[in-house]
This record gives sequence, structure tokens and C-alpha cells, in this order.
Amino acid sequence: MEPAGSNAIHVNGLGRRFGLRWVLRGVTFDVRQGEIVGLLGPNGSGKSTVLRVLATLLKPNAGTVSINGHDVVRNADAVRTQVGYLAHVAGLYDDLTARENLRFAADMLGVPHSGAADALARVGLDHTGDERVRGFSAGMQRRLALARLLLIKPRVLLLDEPYSNLDIDGIALVNTIISGIVADGGAALIVLHELAPAAKVLSRTLTLANGRIA
Amino acid sequence: MAWRDNWRRVGAIARKDLTTELRAKAGFNSVASLGVTILVLLGLALGPDAAALRNAAVGAVWLATLFSSVLAFNRSYQVELETGALEPLLLYPGPRWTVFAGKLAGNLAFVSLMVAIVVPVGIVLFGVRIVPEWPAILMVLALGVFGVTVLGTFYAAMASRSRAREVLLPLLLFPMLVPVLLAATMATRALLGLDVMNDPSAWIRLLLGFDVIFLVATLLAFEHVIEA
Amino acid sequence: MSSSDPRRPTTPTPRSNAWFGVLAILILIASQVYAIRTSPAERDMGDLQKIMYVHVPAAWMAFLAFFVVFVYSVRYLWSGGERNDLLAASAAEVGAMFTGLTLALGMLWGRPTWGVWWAWDARLTSTLVLFLIFVGYLALRSFVDDPDQRARWSAAVGAIGAINVPIVYMSVRWWSTLHQPPSSPDTLDSAYTFGLRLNAIAMLLVLIYFIRTRYAIARLERETEHAAQAAALGGDGGGTR
Repeated sequence: MEPAGSNAIHVNGLGRRFGLRWVLRGVTFDVRQGEIVGLLGPNGSGKSTVLRVLATLLKPNAGTVSINGHDVVRNADAVRTQVGYLAHVAGLYDDLTARENLRFAADMLGVPHSGAADALARVGLDHTGDERVRGFSAGMQRRLALARLLLIKPRVLLLDEPYSNLDIDGIALVNTIISGIVADGGAALIVLHELAPAAKVLSRTLTLANGRIA
Repeated sequence: MAWRDNWRRVGAIARKDLTTELRAKAGFNSVASLGVTILVLLGLALGPDAAALRNAAVGAVWLATLFSSVLAFNRSYQVELETGALEPLLLYPGPRWTVFAGKLAGNLAFVSLMVAIVVPVGIVLFGVRIVPEWPAILMVLALGVFGVTVLGTFYAAMASRSRAREVLLPLLLFPMLVPVLLAATMATRALLGLDVMNDPSAWIRLLLGFDVIFLVATLLAFEHVIEA
Repeated sequence: MSSSDPRRPTTPTPRSNAWFGVLAILILIASQVYAIRTSPAERDMGDLQKIMYVHVPAAWMAFLAFFVVFVYSVRYLWSGGERNDLLAASAAEVGAMFTGLTLALGMLWGRPTWGVWWAWDARLTSTLVLFLIFVGYLALRSFVDDPDQRARWSAAVGAIGAINVPIVYMSVRWWSTLHQPPSSPDTLDSAYTFGLRLNAIAMLLVLIYFIRTRYAIARLERETEHAAQAAALGGDGGGTR
């Protein structure tokens, strides 16, 4: 149902303000199917904001943004079924167990609970499935958030600093997941602080500065 | 089947809210304790004349319920706000009213449980005489709690995410609950036989109408207030 | 962009609004003088009754202002548009002012008449609750910084609040008739109704003038924000939402 030849991510003239301050001032770029693009830039440059607009969490104040041909404002629901967004904060329920968190997500997404068990195994957390998230380290929470992402098969990955707080195995896991999804015809946009963990998988990088792509 | 999907989401959210609330250390107990504390203070401030207290009982119980339920409503969004879980919640497909209905169900259970403690304490402290019409009084209580919780859940979606959440929620909510407060207290007083000229059925119909109107209105308006 | 009504200019020009305002106030003064001079002294209250010619129309305007808030809030929820948001907010501020005026005059009338500063009668009490609903709406606006979120939230709160206004009025009225407190003079005989209606129309003109003025100010504030946007986006501005 996507318009033929549409890019995985298409951003044209994106503007976004917070109060009176314009954080994004005309961001324009494309990401095609099969690409893994890194987004770099100084702190406060608006990298996370770009991801959040793409993930339909924020509306653009100017410009047009679409995922696989679906406009993020007009077809937000279609975008949500195709996008896997990993925020900087895990956004989990501390007083629920890992398994309960995933089962809740499965219920909300309309996938069976067996999917939750599979996802848990894929990220290597099945032995901690019945522990409360409150006791998890930052790295474990990141893995659980990734598991949640895997409950449906996302076409476009939007990852905000996915490697922070991960050990070598964790970094490898993230790269495996990204490669798998992109190999199937997907695409990924990754906000990065440093290039090293992602160097093996990146196709290219973009740099955000002064609210625009440099 | 879209209907079934939506109701499954409502149930998932309600169950999740209640589970996290039961497991949280300080949750329900402190809110219920606050309700009782307010009753005690009201008793001290309005008493010690037994007749005066008996006359003030209905109003006192409703006020104690109202003031402590404000805490409950903000708390129901606190679950998501503390860990940044609101954004993932908004990214699931499906209509927003399911989030509202789920939170509403969770809050109804919470407030009902609290009322189940506050009302008996109020009966004892204020010397209320039990009457044969107590099932009707329970119904008035249920209708009133429903109205309070519908609007409380709605306004807390905004207040809990703004500055000065502690003052903004009561400021928005309390004037809106004037009809509920009047109808619930007047109907209860009539049923208790405290006001001779008072007919409870009109008040009960007002409560019912209020509940229906605002349930529909808040369900429709919720999608506009829950977005980031 | 905001939905514009082709029958009315988007922003009243400062000069046309100023003339309208002068006209409205002159009509109000004329109506007041007419009503005061032509109406007979009331049986019990004497000349104090004439405060009704401001108090009652002000109350009506307060309720009307809330209806305006409702209409523009619903329009905003339906189709967005900055104009709808600013008009709703302007009507709310002006409405709050008229509500305050109604309360003050009601108390001024009540003191010599009933001997107390306040009585829990239907009109005064529902006006007080209406005032609090306005205050809640304005407080919400002041606590939200992002203009889009502020517009959406106030539209929802304004619409829901307005729905409650008739319900509040009805419930307070039933409640007050049970306890028989001193009542406001709404049982007026026909000698007074013409003066009342005349002043109501005059007051309506003043209400419209105030709302338009307030809206024009809000509009100017927004123009500067848009200029800042154009500068930030590098001149081409893009399509605004």
C-alpha cells in the first residue's frame, strides 16, 4: 500500500519548536530501504527530536515527514505499525516483571503471549523473566526494551543511543537485530554519541548542527 | 475484530495499573489513611456536638473522599511518567479512548476500595444511624464515585504533566464536581431522613445524567489531551 | 492555517474596533441613564434596585462568554486553527471579568438588602462556581508553555467545562430552593423588563468589543512568534500547523 519508490524515511524542511525556541530549522534528508544511517551531532542539537517526530510522538511545526510513504501526521497509525522506536529511557514498568512487561506490550499490540517468550529469549533475558524490572541494570532494561520492539516486525528502526550502557555482548546483540531487520528490506536511523559500536553496520552518517543537516 | 482488540487493551491497562498499584509500597495505604485523617480533622473542627456532627456527616464523608481521591488520580499517571513509559504507551496502535477507559477502570477500583474504608469510619465517627434505605445510599455512593472518577481521570491526564500538578488538579476538578457533590449529598441526606422536603429521585437522576454525559464527553476529548 | 470566515475580517483593524468600542460604551451609558430615569423606585429596595441594570446583564454576558468559549473550543478540537484558540482564550478572560463584576455587584446589592455580604442563592452561587471554572481554565493556560499543547488542552477543558455550566446552574438552583435563602430579584414585573433588555443589548455590544480587543492583542503576540519562526527556518517559512 506504499507509494512506489518511496523512501523508508523522507524528511523535508522539518521544523520543530519548543515554546519559542526553534530546535529544528529545516531538516532535510532521506533514508532508503536497506540503509543504516547514523545521526550525529553535539548535545542539544535536536537528534532525539528528529527521531521523536519520525516516531509520531511529536508533530512537525513545519515541513513534511513520511515513513514508507505514510505521512506521520495524516497516517500516524500506519506509521506506528511499521516503526520500531527505542528511546533513550527504557519506559518500562518497574513493579512488573520482565515477562509481565512484555505480555502487556503484546496485549496492546495484539500479538499472542508466546511472542513475548520468544522475544525474551532472543535478547538473552529468559532466565530473568520473572524478576521485577526495578532490579534490572541499565543494560538489562535496554535489552528488555529491544525485546518489546521485536514483538512485531518493524520495517523502520529508530534507535536513540542504543549502545549506551551495553557490554560487548549487548552491542553485538543490537547490531545483529539491526542487520536482521534491514536485510529483510527495512532501514534504520540511529542517533549516536560515538561511532565505534556502530561502525560495523553503518552505511553512512548525517550530522545535525544548528537545527539543520550539516 | 476491532472491538475485541480494544477491550483487550482496556483490560490490559486496567490490570497493569492495579498490579503496579498493589505492588507499590506506599500507594493505597497512604491514600486511605489520608481520607481517614481528613475525617478526623473534620470531626474535630465541626464537633463535638453529636447532633451537629450527625448533620455534617454526609458532607464530611464526601469531602474526605474528594480530597484524597485527588492523590489517587495523579498517581495513576505517575506510573508512566516516572519511568518514561507514557511514550511507548502512546505508540501502540489503536484508539486513545482505550487508554482512558483502562485508567478509568483502575481508578474506579482504587477509589471504591478507599470509599469502602472511609465511609464506615465516617459512620462511626459522626454517629450516622443506619437506615433501611442503605442499598439506595450505596447506589448514590457508586454513582457519585463514578462521576468524580471520570472527571478526575480526565483532568489528571493534563495536571500530572504540567507544572504545579498538586494545585492544578483540584483547581480544575473541584468546581466541575459541584453538581456531583450537591446531588450525592442531597440524595443521601434525603434517604437518611435528614431533610423532610427533599426528594432523592430527582438528585439520583441528575447524578445518572451527569455520569453519562461526562463519560461520553471525556472519552471523546481524551485523545486531544493525552498526546505529548 | 486557521479557518477564516469570509464574512468577517480575520483581525479587526485597530481603528474600526476603537470606533466600535466608543459606540458600544455610549450606547451602554445611554441605556443605563434611560433605565435609571424611567423605572419607578421599587417597593422594598428603592433606588438600590437600579443596580440590577448592570448586575443582571453582566451575569447574562458571563454565561454567554462561556458559550463563546465552548463554540471556539469545539471548533479548535474539530479543525485546529490558531484563531479558534485565541478567540476562546479571549472570551474566557473577558468572561471571567464579567463574572467577577456580577459577583461584586451582587454582593453590593445584597448587603443593604439582606444584611449579609453573601447568601447561597441560585444566581450568586452558580456565578461563583462559573467564576471558578473560568479561573481553572485560565490557570491551565498559564501553566502550559508549549503553544500547541496549551491550545489543545484548553480547548478540551473549555468544551468540557462549558457543558457543565447548565448542569451546575440547575443543580445549584434545586439545592437553593430546598433551603429557601433570600433570592435575587429575578421576579421582576414588566415595568423593569424593557430597561433590562435594553441594557442587555448594550452590554452585549461591550462584550463583543472587549473580546475583539483582547483577541487583537493575542493576535499581535502570535504575529511576532510567526516572524521568529520565519527567521529560524531561514526565510522560507514552510507550511505552518
